[in-house]
Amino acid sequence: MSERTSLLQIGGAVHNRDKIRMTLTVNGEDSEILADGTATLLEVLREELGLPGTKHGCELGECGACTVLLDGEPALSCLLLARQCEGLDITTIEGISHGNELHPLQDAFADLGGSQCGYCTPGFILSSAALLERKPDPSRAEITEALSGNLCRCTGYNQIFESVEEAARKIREENS
Amino acid sequence: MSGKKFNLVGKARRRVDGRAKVTGRTVFADDLVLPRMVFCKLVRSPHPHARVLSVDGSRAMKIPGVLLVLSGRDTPNEYGILPVSQDETGLATEKVRYVGDPVAAVIATSERVAEEAMEMVQVEYEPLTTIAEPEDALATPEPRIHDYGEEGNIHKRVHFRFGDVDESLAASDHVFENSFHFIGNTHAAMEQHASVADIDRNGKITLWSSTQCPHYVHRALQKTLDIPADRIRVIACHNGGGFGGKSDILNHEIVVTVAALKLGRPVKCTLTREEVFYAHRGRHPVKMKLRTGVNSDGILQGMDLQTVVDGGGYGSYGVASLFYTGALSTVTYHLPRYRFRGVRTFTNKPACGPKRGHGTPQPRFGQEVQLDMIAESLNLDPAELRLRNLVQPNSLTANYLKVGTIGLGDCIRKVTESSGWNDKFRKMGDGRGFGLACSSYLCGAGLAIYWNKLPQSGVQLQIDRSGRVTVFCGATEIGQGSDDVLLGIVAEILGIDPMHMTAVTGDTELTPVDLGSYSSRVTLMMGNAAIQAAERARDMIGSAVAKKLDLPEKRLVFAGGRVFDHEDPEKGMDWRDAVWAGEEMHGTLGTVGSYTPPRPAAKFKGGGVGPSPAYSFTACVTEVEVDRETGWVTVPRIWIAHDIGRSLNPVLVRGQVIGGVYMGVGEAVMEEHTFRRLPAKLSGALVHKAPSLLDYKLPTSHDMPEVFVDLIENPDPNAPFGAKEVGQGPLLPVMPAVANAVYDAVGVRIDEVPITPDKVLRALDKKARGGEGRFGPDTFPAVDWPEPMDIPPPWEGGDGRAANDPKRLSAARLEAEAVRNKGVNR
Repeated sequence: MSERTSLLQIGGAVHNRDKIRMTLTVNGEDSEILADGTATLLEVLREELGLPGTKHGCELGECGACTVLLDGEPALSCLLLARQCEGLDITTIEGISHGNELHPLQDAFADLGGSQCGYCTPGFILSSAALLERKPDPSRAEITEALSGNLCRCTGYNQIFESVEEAARKIREENS
Repeated sequence: MSGKKFNLVGKARRRVDGRAKVTGRTVFADDLVLPRMVFCKLVRSPHPHARVLSVDGSRAMKIPGVLLVLSGRDTPNEYGILPVSQDETGLATEKVRYVGDPVAAVIATSERVAEEAMEMVQVEYEPLTTIAEPEDALATPEPRIHDYGEEGNIHKRVHFRFGDVDESLAASDHVFENSFHFIGNTHAAMEQHASVADIDRNGKITLWSSTQCPHYVHRALQKTLDIPADRIRVIACHNGGGFGGKSDILNHEIVVTVAALKLGRPVKCTLTREEVFYAHRGRHPVKMKLRTGVNSDGILQGMDLQTVVDGGGYGSYGVASLFYTGALSTVTYHLPRYRFRGVRTFTNKPACGPKRGHGTPQPRFGQEVQLDMIAESLNLDPAELRLRNLVQPNSLTANYLKVGTIGLGDCIRKVTESSGWNDKFRKMGDGRGFGLACSSYLCGAGLAIYWNKLPQSGVQLQIDRSGRVTVFCGATEIGQGSDDVLLGIVAEILGIDPMHMTAVTGDTELTPVDLGSYSSRVTLMMGNAAIQAAERARDMIGSAVAKKLDLPEKRLVFAGGRVFDHEDPEKGMDWRDAVWAGEEMHGTLGTVGSYTPPRPAAKFKGGGVGPSPAYSFTACVTEVEVDRETGWVTVPRIWIAHDIGRSLNPVLVRGQVIGGVYMGVGEAVMEEHTFRRLPAKLSGALVHKAPSLLDYKLPTSHDMPEVFVDLIENPDPNAPFGAKEVGQGPLLPVMPAVANAVYDAVGVRIDEVPITPDKVLRALDKKARGGEGRFGPDTFPAVDWPEPMDIPPPWEGGDGRAANDPKRLSAARLEAEAVRNKGVNR
């Protein structure tokens, strides 16, 4: 799979810059890309695949802004190499709505003040979506726990909890 | 106003940019990708204080992909947000002043190559003595961190005396003297700052940036690049949170523009999280001492406040921050006499600046904790003590601030009622406690940062034949809902749907100037400008519709997307037809509006910090649980009542209140921007203890209390529809309310913020050993204060001027001489 495309000499040391061909399945679409072997999933989503909805607040796995879903489970895209994600279903914020119709979580976050600056919002919505998939009627404590890896500096979380509860109610209604 | 029916005001609704936020479609600065774009990384100083002897980029330039290495020689022109503190350059020219101070920049075809090449930039330093704390700065005049300021490492000192406070204190039944320490903290907005500069097809430079103040960046670029302002365009991308951290002009904004001009192609710089901690401009650490006189009936007689403010390595907003540590003490409770002495020192740490509350949360902490002590000592309920001392509406304070509406009494009554205060305070049993505190904040600074007589906000309206209204304003969306307030106000007046309108904001080429999203000024100032523009548009369209329908104009109502006769609602027309009628009569439809705040009552030098067209007020009750074993403080519930004047969109207002509470809880129990010395063998440098989101503790979902919000609506005549600020005020009372609740829970006073477990344990331990149950500063730095500026309060015959102002004295002398000469001549 791997093909060497560049060799960079720095101060006598040799750094391998292996570009790797990989296929990623993002939001249901397969994309074949050529990327640095050390590129993170975050970098590939934002810089190679043109999906800037996934954000970064630290690139060290501390803030949760870069959360995406891998086979439905929340994962920090800044801590994963893109090549590790081949063969997995990757969902980003761009893939959460149904066409032009917003996901109930998106509606609830927009209506109830679950989003202020919007920077952490994609991560919160994806973490919440995974929770509701697993637990259609989560308690406040379960929501708090599920979102404890996502930092928000604007809202104070209360309205995020309310948004998740409201979306859960909507989804249950739709499914009943 | 009470009888007026609103279209939108007061209705909870989705913000106009809500969809973009939840779909990830909001474009933040780092999301921009331009053809031929290259990447910039800043090489930062490993020394807290050093002379820069040389910068050699030649080795870095040899690395394939590296296009340019810049040093201070390429960014020689100084800038600074305040005209009195022009002390920064894009890259250090002669000296570095903190660990992390940018000294060189590498621009390369990829961020990774730039990162690797940074290691190859050789910088020679000559280390200088580190000035770590304000005490060092006061005691060590040499080496000077800056060659301006008052003297040595003192940036600025102030001394105001509004009446003879010593006399009042001597005559008071009781005098309370207490010292407090507020450790600094930082904004930690989720978005890491980013900037992209490009040269457009006409040779003009454009900067996109995560900035709260594009107008100030525009002014600074004109100076640093030495290019006329009309050849520069600054676009504020929506900010991923600001809280004051993006309100200054920052190094990377200057450097990318210089690089883009040299390379003729787009240059992007995105700070790492570690670099965001270096950019800082956060809460100033403040040591303070309060002496307050009070009579046995609880009536305050006077207050004498001293603050020592740790400024860090640059001026930033610091002179204003210093003044703010003394400006708003008088706005909540009537102080017949007041003295304020303050000093800001330079230290070798990242520059402090404005963080939510700007200079006022620190003294507010001291003041509100001291009031708690006073109440206990006088055997008064803390709420009752505060209610007895409230400032009267429509009055002047001792330091000449005009207080208009004040809903603080209602806030206190509401919050004590909703929290069940009377059944809880001092009745919760060991380990659980309730605490109360109050505060006030500005609705925009009365004076602009640079002196001028121009409006502080401008709004322009364009209405096209589709009926679409496009609103242009320089204000900046930083998450608070600036665009929603703008469109909501115009929509209210024109009776149309804000979701069908367009906001063009924060772009110095397209929008009239608004000074920016800081000092809680946007709703009031932009809002008033928007009302003026919208009313002018309504009048133009109204005159045309009235003529068409053959009705008197005053009978027209603009509501529900129609313009109609209020006596016969059937008689009317759709908004779009009304727009056509307007265009037929007046030609192309467009209006403007602007806002200039009223002139302050203070006439003394320095009196420009503190005046505002209106003040918001807040009262807060916190519940805490304190674990005596671990010292851990948990905050399960907070009740907060905020005097908003009027709530325009309750979703946004509630969001700001709870968001402010959140940040206050963080400041109260965990957030601290602190430093440590590396071991001597490593350099002994003063470095950040915690330049990461893992080590800089901030509240997660688990740490956040449940918040009960009450809004007090008492419309302020100076504010748009009466709406006052909410972005900063609700943070202020949280820290003292938590401290007061900790005392209620376990009987110890923690007079230093943040209230971390180690401090609680030490205070408990001291108390158990029979000592004072307290953790806090025991000494206050010795400061050589300047002679006071004496300004008699309004009720002592003052006119807002200093009695001992040299100008006034010389004017008085000239007058006396003139009278004498007249006598001689006669």
